[in-house]
Amino acid sequence: MIADPSASGRTAPGRPAARPQRRPRRRAMPGPIVLTALQAAMFAALIIAWYVLVRAKALPVFFFGDPVLVFQQIVSWFVTGEIFVHLATTLIETLLAFLLGVASGIGIGLWLGLSPLTAALFDPYIKALNAMPRVILGPIFIVWFGLGIGSKVALGVTLVFFVVFFNVFQGVREVNPVILANSRMLGANRRQLLTTVYIPSALSWVFSSLHMSVGMAFVGAVVGEYLGSARGVGYLILQAEATFDVNAVFAGIIVLTVFALVLDLAVTLVEKRLIVGKPKS
Amino acid sequence: MTFGLQPEAGAVRMPAPVGDLSAPAGPPPALLFDHVSVRFGAYTAVNDASLHVGDGEFVSIVGPTGCGKSTLLNVAAGLLEPSEGDICVYGRSLEGINADAGYLFQADALMPWRTALSNVITGLEYAGTERKAAERLGNEWLARVGLSGHGERFPHEMSGGMRKRVALAQTLIRDPKIVLMDEPFSALDVQTRVLMENELLQLWTTYRKSVLFITHDLEEAISLSDRVIILSAGPSTHPIAEFRIDLPRPRDVAEIRMTPRFVELYHQIWDAMKEEVLKAYERNQRKLAD
Ligand SMILES: Nc1ncnc2c1ncn2[C@@H]1O[C@H](COP(=O)(O)OP(=O)(O)O)[C@@H](O)[C@H]1O
Ligand SMILES: [Mg+2]
Repeated sequence: MIADPSASGRTAPGRPAARPQRRPRRRAMPGPIVLTALQAAMFAALIIAWYVLVRAKALPVFFFGDPVLVFQQIVSWFVTGEIFVHLATTLIETLLAFLLGVASGIGIGLWLGLSPLTAALFDPYIKALNAMPRVILGPIFIVWFGLGIGSKVALGVTLVFFVVFFNVFQGVREVNPVILANSRMLGANRRQLLTTVYIPSALSWVFSSLHMSVGMAFVGAVVGEYLGSARGVGYLILQAEATFDVNAVFAGIIVLTVFALVLDLAVTLVEKRLIVGKPKS
Repeated sequence: MTFGLQPEAGAVRMPAPVGDLSAPAGPPPALLFDHVSVRFGAYTAVNDASLHVGDGEFVSIVGPTGCGKSTLLNVAAGLLEPSEGDICVYGRSLEGINADAGYLFQADALMPWRTALSNVITGLEYAGTERKAAERLGNEWLARVGLSGHGERFPHEMSGGMRKRVALAQTLIRDPKIVLMDEPFSALDVQTRVLMENELLQLWTTYRKSVLFITHDLEEAISLSDRVIILSAGPSTHPIAEFRIDLPRPRDVAEIRMTPRFVELYHQIWDAMKEEVLKAYERNQRKLAD
């Protein structure tokens, strides 16, 4: 493991001269356990403040909800099992949007990256599509693909596509010319250059944007659900809003946040396997 | 051969430019530059360069930095088409990539996403060699360059010297008849460099490739080569002199530098080079002044 660089200043046995200077400037960083405890305490303080303010009627409960009721709502979703179909729906939409977005981004990124003429031809359209706030495509996708999974995946794909596309396009354009020349000298034909140089080089750029791509897929799924759906965590929030159930809205937001954090953690784990471990193919 | 007429001569100063003398009689040389010029837009990097590398010969090209050495090698590799003139490989005019040649680049050319072994066998993979056989040969070559047991390392997990060894194995495993080397050891520390130079000489003695070796280091050129070609300072670079190195083989590159004959050759060649080095130096000073 790499040591936290900020922590290394605390114990510098070989260099006493540096110590007296450091002390007055910055207070020592607390250890990881203390830090976690502090973070938890802060969370508790926020919840308690929320609770107290609402109970004391300093905040209107109609708009701000009640943390106890929010918590009860979350528990009841899980106890009754009602939440799982929604979580599963959002997860499937996210994964599909991610996979299709990555695949199309890589494919078209490679194609345009390797063919300057096509790239020049498409350039204004790509720029326009990228500049457009693509969330507004949501209603159109609902008209085209209905209220089911399709419209959410489509929205997610348009979001993921551009992240991946630009990375692959850049990756292909900036392939190390020496590696390319070396491969040609080693006897690579055009197809082999594509599979052994261009694609791996572009993929390393895709890996670097994995978090962003998964996040975009998730945003696409949830926003799509929110715009109109019959299932999914976004749908839960939409429902709660329609019935002015602010506690359920907050409960939905919390579930979504935890979902996003778990997803991000999963990406980090996958990344570690793919980039650091690099197991034999 | 150019020097067949002068069996006694150790170092032969050629009239500049070398011109037609570089087209030898007899069997076609491994590599022949026939009045090659290279222009990048308005800039003439190489002008009317003629030289050759005989079959199994070790030839070094020495010239000041930026004079066009890499450009010449790229032309020999078929990566760069000359603006004028021809490249002949064993008597046949070169078109496209030089399939008889292996190229050791000045910069790192290993694929960072492949292990050492996987890098070494890349050329075999391109040629469609069966995987198991390729890996067996790859491990043999890793051992030959002193890297047995390091096959699973990625380039970023290796030192500069180790990466050069991998690159050397990657090039030689394909058994090219001609090996082009572009200042392959210039980035290494002195000790590693001497080690690798000796290893290169051993490999060359074993496999007898025709080598065109580029360096800006005159000592390195003399200690390794059969012949040293001096380039003029750029622009419009061309060979201005060539010297046969009659030092006995096998050589130890560290020890041979202490011998009187080496010192003598060094001074002769240095005298021929000095003017060009000064020219290049002055040009750089002027560039800095602007
Ligand atoms: N692709 C290129 N386009 C324009 N100029 C180039 C190109 N390659 C090399 N040159 C120029 O040609 C000259 C010789 O370059 P190079 O062969 O790399 O020198 P050396 O290897 O001797 O240091 C340099 O002045 C360099 O700027
Ligand atoms: Mg160079």
